Amino acid sequence: MSATFLGLPPFPEAARTAVGDSRTRQNLHKATRTIRGKRDAVVGELGDDWQRLRSEGERVKTHTLRHLDHYLEQLEESVRRAGGTVHWAADAAEANAIVTRLVRETGETEVVKVKSMATQEIELNNALEAAGITAYETDLAELIVQLGDDLPSHILVPAIHLGRSQIREIFLDQMSEWGVPAPEGLTDDPKALAEAARVHLRELFLRAKVAVSGANFAVADSGTLVVLESEGNGRMCLTLPETLISVVGIEKIVPTWSDLEVFLQLLPRSSTGERMNPYTSTWTGVAPGDGPQEFHLVLLDNGRTDVLADTVGRQALRCIRCSACLNICPVYERTGGHAYGSVYPGPIGAILTPQLQGMASEADKALPYASSLCGACYDVCPVAIDIPEVLVHLREQVAEGPGHVGEKAMMAGAGAVFGSAGALDAVQRAAGAVGGAIPRNLPGTAGKWTDTRDVPDVPKESFRQWWNKREQEEGR
Amino acid sequence: MSGASGGTSAGTGGRVRGGASGSRERVLARVRAALADVPADEPVARSWERDYADSHAEGDTLDVLVDRLLDYKALVERVSSAELPDRIAAALERRGATRVAVPEGAPGEWFASVTARRLADSPGSPLSVAELDACDGVVTGCAVAVAETGTIVLDAGPDQGRRAITLVPDYHLCVVRADQVVDGVPQAVRLLDPARPLTWISGPSATSDIELNRVEGVHGPRTLEVLIVESAD
Repeated sequence: MSATFLGLPPFPEAARTAVGDSRTRQNLHKATRTIRGKRDAVVGELGDDWQRLRSEGERVKTHTLRHLDHYLEQLEESVRRAGGTVHWAADAAEANAIVTRLVRETGETEVVKVKSMATQEIELNNALEAAGITAYETDLAELIVQLGDDLPSHILVPAIHLGRSQIREIFLDQMSEWGVPAPEGLTDDPKALAEAARVHLRELFLRAKVAVSGANFAVADSGTLVVLESEGNGRMCLTLPETLISVVGIEKIVPTWSDLEVFLQLLPRSSTGERMNPYTSTWTGVAPGDGPQEFHLVLLDNGRTDVLADTVGRQALRCIRCSACLNICPVYERTGGHAYGSVYPGPIGAILTPQLQGMASEADKALPYASSLCGACYDVCPVAIDIPEVLVHLREQVAEGPGHVGEKAMMAGAGAVFGSAGALDAVQRAAGAVGGAIPRNLPGTAGKWTDTRDVPDVPKESFRQWWNKREQEEGR
Repeated sequence: MSGASGGTSAGTGGRVRGGASGSRERVLARVRAALADVPADEPVARSWERDYADSHAEGDTLDVLVDRLLDYKALVERVSSAELPDRIAAALERRGATRVAVPEGAPGEWFASVTARRLADSPGSPLSVAELDACDGVVTGCAVAVAETGTIVLDAGPDQGRRAITLVPDYHLCVVRADQVVDGVPQAVRLLDPARPLTWISGPSATSDIELNRVEGVHGPRTLEVLIVESAD
């Protein structure tokens, strides 16, 4: 069974451990600084037009979400007309069951996979494994995570937390367990590591009969699916097998083919910081004599309609999974992705995960607080998701729920004190008198509050006391 | 909320499966319930004008394309149509390619000077994956190229062939006519037919997965060579 996010500790606890890992912090600092620089350069190239494209991306996605039922039915009909088969999955279990059944119907026991957040989210690989089907991840970073029995820590580059020497060790240790072993004398030169991945996966690509993918976009009017990638592993999976199964979240729709002209500019520049990613594949149903002759589209809800029902939170469904918000986030840069305990880490994960999962667990309730609300994520978001707005909105929901009685009582007490000059004066005198005797950490439930806050030193006298004394001394 | 046509009739294409428990209706009902705040008469049609640029003019179109391709570490040459056959032959010789895949519909004159063995591929008589893997390279044309992003788009037209032939061989020699080059992405999208399988290629295969530094050469062709043909000889 592959690693899972289930049961990981809530963010505050996980973050405390993560920031103590200096190697991961170094890796993340280096990687996020590199990508931020590249993004800034290629976004800057488009000048003022970037903001116009960004607004258009926001408008198109918002419009699509407001008419999602219409566009889903249109997409279904377009794909069907082009020779594809459309399936609907209300939740992860149903999606996994559909994919498992489709693979079984081919008689195959292995599938090659294109990197896909949706299949990570539903933990498809575990479901396939339980059914005796081996799923091979083919994206380099996904391969590293799979070989290392690790968890993804970034939307675009799931192995961002690992440096080249760690990747080399994983390749040397694990490649032979899965197929073609790493070459002897493998160095940690990224070129050599990429070559080792090529050799490891080559034969698999050439023999694979079934592929599973996600999609970056699904075009309602034409029925076209779109995958952006870099390495060519996507093309291998989308082109060579006989059967292609694509698991796609219902929010991935854009209404028209021409809308892609916006997103094919926004996404590469925001994600890898390139003018264009090396390969983009688009396909519409089945092309006779070219590529898979059997195509299945699995439309996935799995909590998305719950997000859609929240008029403030639904903007999270505009997300095109570029990861610019992760790369810019000061919290993410220090904690890394694992601390978020979800396949969607970083600022977008902090608003998406609790909404998809319903904020029932302590881990989900903690996520909206995994932010300093600095707003950098909003500034770089190519579809202008106001992440801080949603974070505050979700915090309100957490605070309105049970478990915050003590904090509310304290805040009510503070309100009474600050509302009365006499009361404030009395409290300040008392605090100044006991000074250092004020505890830094409170016991019990209140301890949660004090654990994450520093108590400032209490001055011997308050400003008001000092001012009154000064007035008296100067005789004014 | 938008009006829904509801129900699907059997047609000539693929099928629609609602899942074991009517999930299609369940998901659509949930979507509609979630959108209760959207006024029933809000039009589905786009109600705004696009205001972004078609391209971001940065100089002569072909100069920009060459600059972008070189940035991706592709090999690029600008040639006249009269020179093209010799340049194709020379490129294949430099590469040491003796067996090349060729889409059946590629113009015969491209290969007038070529000595390498050509293996023709078509949807009707496709080369096997093993045969493609044994090829030293592939020579194709393209549908459109985008200068600003250094992108070549293949649409499986007669001179481009099936998607697999430009994927499995390790070397791709692509002929781009100057009149196929547009400045920006929107112009390219307008020229392309989504019904055809499209491959947008921006340089050789690459990865940024190790420390977010770009390294060229993974699963797709590790060498992309582009001949840009200007007809005014």
